[in-house]
Amino acid sequence: MAEITHSTGLAALDSMFARTRTEHRAAFLPYFPIGYPDYVTSLDAITTMAEVGVDGFEIGIPFSDPLADGPTIQAATQIALDNGTTVRTCLNAVRELRTRGIQQPMLLMGYLNPILAYGPDAFVRDAHAAGADGIIVPDLPPEESHLLCDACADHGLALVFFLAPTSNPRRIALVAEQATGFIYVVSITGITGARHTLPPDLIDVINHIRAHTDKPLVVGFGISQPEQARKMNDLADGFIVGSALVKAGKTGVSAVRDLAAQLRRALDTA
Amino acid sequence: MTTKQDTFIHTGTTNVPDERGYYGEYGGRFVPETLMPALDELTEAYHDAMHDPAFQGRLADLQATYTGRPTPITFAQRLTDYLGGARIYLKREDLAHTGAHKINNALGQALLAQRMGKRRIIAETGAGQHGVASATAAALLGLECHVYMGSVDIARQRPNVFRMKLLGTEVIPVDSGSRTLKDAINEAIRDWVTNVNTTYYLLGSALGPHPYPEMVRDFQSVIGTEARRQMLEQVGQLPDSCIACVGGGSNAIGLFHAFRNDETIDLIGVEAGGRGIASGQHAARFADPGIGRPGVLHGTRSFVLQDADGQIMNTHSVSAGLDYASVGPEHAYLREMERAFYTLATDEEALDAFDKLSRLEGIIPALESAHAIAEVIKRAPHMPKDAIILVNLSGRGDKDLDTVMQELGE
Repeated sequence: MAEITHSTGLAALDSMFARTRTEHRAAFLPYFPIGYPDYVTSLDAITTMAEVGVDGFEIGIPFSDPLADGPTIQAATQIALDNGTTVRTCLNAVRELRTRGIQQPMLLMGYLNPILAYGPDAFVRDAHAAGADGIIVPDLPPEESHLLCDACADHGLALVFFLAPTSNPRRIALVAEQATGFIYVVSITGITGARHTLPPDLIDVINHIRAHTDKPLVVGFGISQPEQARKMNDLADGFIVGSALVKAGKTGVSAVRDLAAQLRRALDTA
Repeated sequence: MTTKQDTFIHTGTTNVPDERGYYGEYGGRFVPETLMPALDELTEAYHDAMHDPAFQGRLADLQATYTGRPTPITFAQRLTDYLGGARIYLKREDLAHTGAHKINNALGQALLAQRMGKRRIIAETGAGQHGVASATAAALLGLECHVYMGSVDIARQRPNVFRMKLLGTEVIPVDSGSRTLKDAINEAIRDWVTNVNTTYYLLGSALGPHPYPEMVRDFQSVIGTEARRQMLEQVGQLPDSCIACVGGGSNAIGLFHAFRNDETIDLIGVEAGGRGIASGQHAARFADPGIGRPGVLHGTRSFVLQDADGQIMNTHSVSAGLDYASVGPEHAYLREMERAFYTLATDEEALDAFDKLSRLEGIIPALESAHAIAEVIKRAPHMPKDAIILVNLSGRGDKDLDTVMQELGE
């Protein structure tokens, strides 16, 4: 495993990007939901991905109505809910993963309503205490960032916002101003799910955003294969893989490990 | 009169939403980034259209020559006599083309879609009334239409499914979650996120992200505007109470809006009490403080039926159109301002009202509207004989005959 400093929150993400930059590659941040297919297996899947050298994690908090997600993540997070997974379970999971020795940055990703029900300030405080480094909320646009941004700033956590192929210059400027840690670039006009090819206009979308901001850009939605991952080295500061790993999780922890290792190896170009 | 007006401007019920789409603390815009530019574009196009006499003229013309507006108000003589109290007037949205108020909004938004150059329309539907209205408007304007509908609702509203197909619309069954309206909206939003460049999302109730609650209210406000004028012209006075059922709340807000500044008039919304609050099987967002709390669902902040962890609860109502876990944000606001009051009717009470209105007035109401009638049945006997209740008969009951026959064991 590459050496990782013991910084937390924003600083941990900064040092992650600093390291991947010196290695001339994109950072690989897998997504995996807590509680799928069950609590222990989800932690084992994340642990095994840490062992094969992924750079950070998006830790999924399940929600009953995940409207930005395709069928794979919908089905997985529904199973997680059926298993009794709650926001508190996910916070405990982060704590346990830190106890297991995982040092990579971890960002909690979940829809807004469960976070509101927990209490936004309490959520950020407890996320920080558990060892999380940032928060990603797909149905929280920067216009409503006031719900979480002060608490995130107080605890030094990243608050990630999204940009999409549909985002215009005004919105790019708004997101660039509000986002901390990195900007999540949605690769396609659509929902999450593995796709065979990257959209041909992705490079234009990225260049368009690049013209407005220096913040790290992390691409997500649709990436599932080593070939696609390799292309990210030249395109972005990082990328997220979700649905493909969740699908692998159906087979078992070793399938998750194999896919994560393949995707990670694809980034080593030398 | 001036003082009263001032009071309302002060409390703000006239000037909502604000430019961020908020009704007090409710409303807003909570959607994935992909949709944010589309909502900006929609807001601009909508406000532009509302200030365009040509657009307004075309809508008014279709309302008159196609929908059959104004719909009448009917004095329910026998129901009034039976209950022995307040005089009861029905606003007859059941007589609008397609048999419900939903056409008011569907036509308005379909015209807007056409104006924006969007050729593909998607919609969600619960009872099927909004789906039928959207399919109708799409057929009229030559637009392609796809309607998402939960498979549970497809089973209980089959006549409407067939109507949509006859109108040239594709009905897409939704098998996720509770397979009802909530899940149909999820799926419609996912479609919109994917096809936002070519597609217009024709949302059917006064909910969702800004500008939908405002836009749907405005297109439905023809109900109250007409009814208020008709009461003055035909009855010679305004009602003491306005009553409407509230699922998402579009027919209720459409009735209430014209009366919002008549502060002596009670505005009463009726939620679906299902099998009773104690059973937990209901869709009464305002009546069950244990699980009905402010939250965010489908892009708007309002009252939402949710568990302690913020997961959205499954709901139950005999009426598919009221079977929804959240409610339009303006209703949450009107309730908080104490400008409107919200109560509930159980399945049983609604079925009884369905039966009474059919037998006493020769009008078979939609099960949704029967919830409003149920409140009339409870309230009218306790009101003086010179008091007047205006109730929104939001739709006709033909679509519900299977359900009612099943419930009555026939």
